[in-house]
Amino acid sequence: MGKIREGNFITTTVESLVGWARKYSIFQYPFVTACCGMEYMATAASHFDIDRFGAGLTRFTPRQADVLFVVGTISHKLAPVLRRVYEQMTEPKWVVAFGTCTITGGLYDNYAAVQGIDAIIPVDIYIPGCPPRPETVLDALMKLQEKIQKEKQKWALTRK
Amino acid sequence: MGLDQEIEKEFSLERIETADDIPTYYCEKEELLPLMEKLKKDFEILLDITAVDYLGKREKRFEVVYLLLSLTKKLRLRIKVKLDQGEKVSTLSFLWKNANWLEREVYDMFGIEFEGHPDLRRILLYPEFKGHPLRKDYPLKKSQPRIELLRPERE
Repeated sequence: MGKIREGNFITTTVESLVGWARKYSIFQYPFVTACCGMEYMATAASHFDIDRFGAGLTRFTPRQADVLFVVGTISHKLAPVLRRVYEQMTEPKWVVAFGTCTITGGLYDNYAAVQGIDAIIPVDIYIPGCPPRPETVLDALMKLQEKIQKEKQKWALTRK
Repeated sequence: MGLDQEIEKEFSLERIETADDIPTYYCEKEELLPLMEKLKKDFEILLDITAVDYLGKREKRFEVVYLLLSLTKKLRLRIKVKLDQGEKVSTLSFLWKNANWLEREVYDMFGIEFEGHPDLRRILLYPEFKGHPLRKDYPLKKSQPRIELLRPERE
């Protein structure tokens, strides 16, 4: 992102600096509804350790979270709740759809399950699998970091 | 194995063959409450209430199925009641307290009403849901979203 110059200083743009800061401080809100949650917990625990990616702090209120992890089947009964949680998050915010059920409804092709949460809220990263292996989740986390770094950053001093 | 002879004689029960070895009886819907009152002495636990929709397959559309368990007799028992559409069956929520929620579930999924139930409303689905999804004439994939969706669910 930046260049190391002689005399131990780095030149970079504020934009990439903000992106760098944001991608290594992913505060997540786990919206866990189903069996995928076990795999999410395995990823979050010490063996796979998402803290290595700066994503170790889960916030159990959407107001403090940057990334919404939607883990598991979302039913139509739950849909308004999920949208409200998303709306309560402050900008900038990202959404990760975790597992087949969340992405497409999975094997629940019926009246009750939402056929993909992108019918309710916008999604940034899709993690396939039923459930996904922790390695897949880590890969998705790194892809999300890449995305955050490359994005046009909105921040307090951005000129309108 | 089965019910006591006197109970079998007192009520017009019809024993039927099943694939498992749980004794299974058809019971008239008017006789259900007195029968269950009597059975309550031995069968402490009401395991489940469920229903089947035999739309177009049988004379009466629904069958409500009661699963009982007796710990003292080490016996399970299955009682079935035939119901036509619109017919009601009496509630068992005064005998077994868990029947309250089980009957609400049957009402939610099949639309079968239980007479004398203290609080018969949907238990799993949301109140604005129209119809009863486990009925055979409910389209399997007909969803009823509560909020406006960003895209249509299916092609």
